[in-house]
Amino acid sequence: MSVNLSKGQGISLQKSDGGTLTAVRMGLGWRSAPRRGLFGRRTNEIDLDASAVLFADKKPIDVVFFQHLISDDGAVRHTGDNLVGGAGQGGDDEAILVDLARMPVHIDQIVFTVNSFTGQTFAEVQDAFCRLVDETTGEELARYTLTGGGNYTAQVMSKVHRVGNGWQMTAIGEPSVGRTFQDLVPAIVPHL
Amino acid sequence: MTAELVRGQNHPLDRTRVEIRVAAGGPVVAGVALGDEQGRLSGVEAVAHPGAPRRTGIEVPRQAAAEHRIAVDLDALPDAVHRVSVLLALPTGIGPLTTFGAAAAPSVTVTGLDGTGIVGYTVTGLGAESAVVAVELYRRQGAWKVRAVGQGYAGGLTAMLRDQGLSQAAELAAEIEEAVGLGHARAVPAPAPVAASRSDRPGAGPSGASAADRTDPANATAPDGPTTTGAGIGTGATTGTGPRAGAGATTGPATAAGATSGAGAKTGATSGTGSGAKSVAPSPAPAGGGPVDYRHPKRRSAPTPAGPPAAPVLSAAAPTGATASAGTPASPDGPPAPVAGDAAGWSMEERLYNQVWGMFEDLARSVAAYRSASDFAESRLEQELDKALADPRNRLGTAVDAARAAARDKHATLVTQARAALDRDLAQLAAESEVVEPALPPAFARWDNPVWQGYHVPLERPMALRLGDLHLPEVLDLRIPMLVRLPLERGLWIDSGPDAYARGGGPDPERAYGRRELGSALTDGPPDEAELRRLAMETAVAIAVRLLAVHPVGDFAVQVIDPGGTAAPALAPLVESGALPAAPLPGAKGVASVLEGLTRRVDLVQMAVRNRAGDALPPDLDTAEQLLIVHDFPHGFDDRALTQLRYLADEGPAVGVHLMMVADRDRSREYGPVLDPLWRSLLRITPVPDAHLADPWVGHAWTYEPPLAPKGSQVVRQVLGRLAEARRAGQH
Repeated sequence: MSVNLSKGQGISLQKSDGGTLTAVRMGLGWRSAPRRGLFGRRTNEIDLDASAVLFADKKPIDVVFFQHLISDDGAVRHTGDNLVGGAGQGGDDEAILVDLARMPVHIDQIVFTVNSFTGQTFAEVQDAFCRLVDETTGEELARYTLTGGGNYTAQVMSKVHRVGNGWQMTAIGEPSVGRTFQDLVPAIVPHL
Repeated sequence: MTAELVRGQNHPLDRTRVEIRVAAGGPVVAGVALGDEQGRLSGVEAVAHPGAPRRTGIEVPRQAAAEHRIAVDLDALPDAVHRVSVLLALPTGIGPLTTFGAAAAPSVTVTGLDGTGIVGYTVTGLGAESAVVAVELYRRQGAWKVRAVGQGYAGGLTAMLRDQGLSQAAELAAEIEEAVGLGHARAVPAPAPVAASRSDRPGAGPSGASAADRTDPANATAPDGPTTTGAGIGTGATTGTGPRAGAGATTGPATAAGATSGAGAKTGATSGTGSGAKSVAPSPAPAGGGPVDYRHPKRRSAPTPAGPPAAPVLSAAAPTGATASAGTPASPDGPPAPVAGDAAGWSMEERLYNQVWGMFEDLARSVAAYRSASDFAESRLEQELDKALADPRNRLGTAVDAARAAARDKHATLVTQARAALDRDLAQLAAESEVVEPALPPAFARWDNPVWQGYHVPLERPMALRLGDLHLPEVLDLRIPMLVRLPLERGLWIDSGPDAYARGGGPDPERAYGRRELGSALTDGPPDEAELRRLAMETAVAIAVRLLAVHPVGDFAVQVIDPGGTAAPALAPLVESGALPAAPLPGAKGVASVLEGLTRRVDLVQMAVRNRAGDALPPDLDTAEQLLIVHDFPHGFDDRALTQLRYLADEGPAVGVHLMMVADRDRSREYGPVLDPLWRSLLRITPVPDAHLADPWVGHAWTYEPPLAPKGSQVVRQVLGRLAEARRAGQH
């Protein structure tokens, strides 16, 4: 059972049986740009990028994105850049795997962001979504629909943060404009 | 000399009339199953058992006993028989034993008719099992070999027979039990179990395997080529981790458990293939497999499912009981016990290589997490202390002290948590290292690994070579093997310059530790210049010997440029054993002649490769890979020689000419920056432990330790001696 999130809504990443989640995956999927006729290769490809920024006490410590695919501690891994989308047929085109059990103790927030590297706004991208999946069971915990997001090229999607001994996810859904996560840092800070 | 096998390992048989001697801690029933190429039995008549002790070529005893002799004439067996499995089972109602775990581990020795041992195997790691396939003799390309199987069954005789593919397993089991009961009626009482006397020495099997007569498993498996081929026709229980993990067992009882747990993981998977073992009532075993536990005390594993009817399915579904649970992630109290070879790869060698690199990366990342957390804690502490002082409201009263104390508490809490997380990771990696190190083949192993004692010249080049050890200051005793791929892609530069070490300044506890641990001839004082130069050359020779040793005869040769003749003491072992045909010529003439020869070789081989005319090479050209050791650079080098050296450094590796410079960079300073590209193209290593190598993931500075043999060890000379023998044998 997945939850369709709206802005600011939080879900706890405690399992129903009381155990804490140990590994989650942030998935990002979108439909590739429609093929045009004769010169199909000139289709304006859509490249969305998923990034994860690791914060300790509101200071960015590390970031996982298409140029730094594994966090220094190895707890966060990006499966690789997808430049065109649509590969997953409704599944994830890019994924970021987070091993919460191995997360360094000082990291208390992980913010997931989506950027449109090629510049199309979310109004132009079809079937774009991001979601959070429990890696151990494959169960979808939360889903966020990006399409129809208006004239924006980036979104601060959600954050996963420590609560007590466990982790909780809070949807942020803050639209923004930017090519990579660096452009989003001002938009992220108010949500920490 | 009896070769002591571990689970999954095999050994060639040099004769066809053999006796299989079984010794157990109590009365057992012995049987033999004759399988075809796929291991299938044609029917009940393919089993020799107490009820029908004679089959063509086989005779088994009629009763249960603590010791058995089974006569086997492999030549007399029908051609269809490809596999002879020796089955042991505990009889019901005779003797006190209900599980193998409750007494000393049974041992099986294959001997010649005159009693000389060929192969011994102690079936360790058994728990709630009451039947076990101990060893099997099998045909491989016309010759017979023996393999240690050790596949146990908690479901007893019936389950074992059914797993052999017999449909009438239950009937046959009943027949065997009946025959054993009859035999028992006229037998003398079996000796009392000797569990107590043996339990405190779990490693020493009844066959009396001393360190001296343990043949190294590498010898035993070497004629087979890749270890996986041996398992190709196996039952699945012996695939994968068995043979190489078994190498660890020679070092002692501790690692034997690692080997069995590795194989256990596999058996757990294969046993599911059905045999309907779960219909068999489990034997009423005490939980944990009885008083004798052959598992490694430090290795966590879930206890064997208890015997009571509450868990019949569980214990029957995992025939190897304790061993299977050790290898599966079932243990609730933590991560699964590490197993050697637990990585992807086509061969055991590749799996171990990948596993070592995986450990390297994991250690780098775990330490990165720790450093990141403690650095963060440090900076936060500073900021909070500054803030507390800067706040004017804190100027009066005790508020500032309270704020400071709170900041320090936060700092301490975070550092403690980080350390705990690091310790958790390190414990896991240390346990893995403990299993992996003994299982490494010679090319990956340290000189002090027993695998070098049983060294034989290999038939093919390994994929990588251990150039030394790497470790981090956070965890001094966890050494990661530094494996580089062969053929070497970069030359090596062994830095004999003193300033690299002087730079660090005062006494470095880490380096002191390294020096203490490092065996070879290191004195306690700071290494002076002459000492460093001597150690550098010693390191060069140690690496050269490793390279020679891991290549087949005639595939690798060493040449030395030593214009000053100062390397002679270090080179002595190479010259004496003939690995180096003659001491290097002194002076500039020697430099010129060696470089001339190698330049010509590189040029010719390049031409041959470009024109695909490998057979057009002149017959006097040595096609072996060449390692050129340059000592005392740039003494004796003129501009021409220097140009040739740079040519070799650039072009050589692609055509099998590798460069090893033993040099102090400062002494070539007069050449200015023109040599910088040369130094950069070489991998710098140091003759004493020094932190200068960066890992590819996080970029920590790792302390490198050269692969010097322990002080007083003769292993290098032994290896050179074997190489010389092999070289002579090749010439005749």
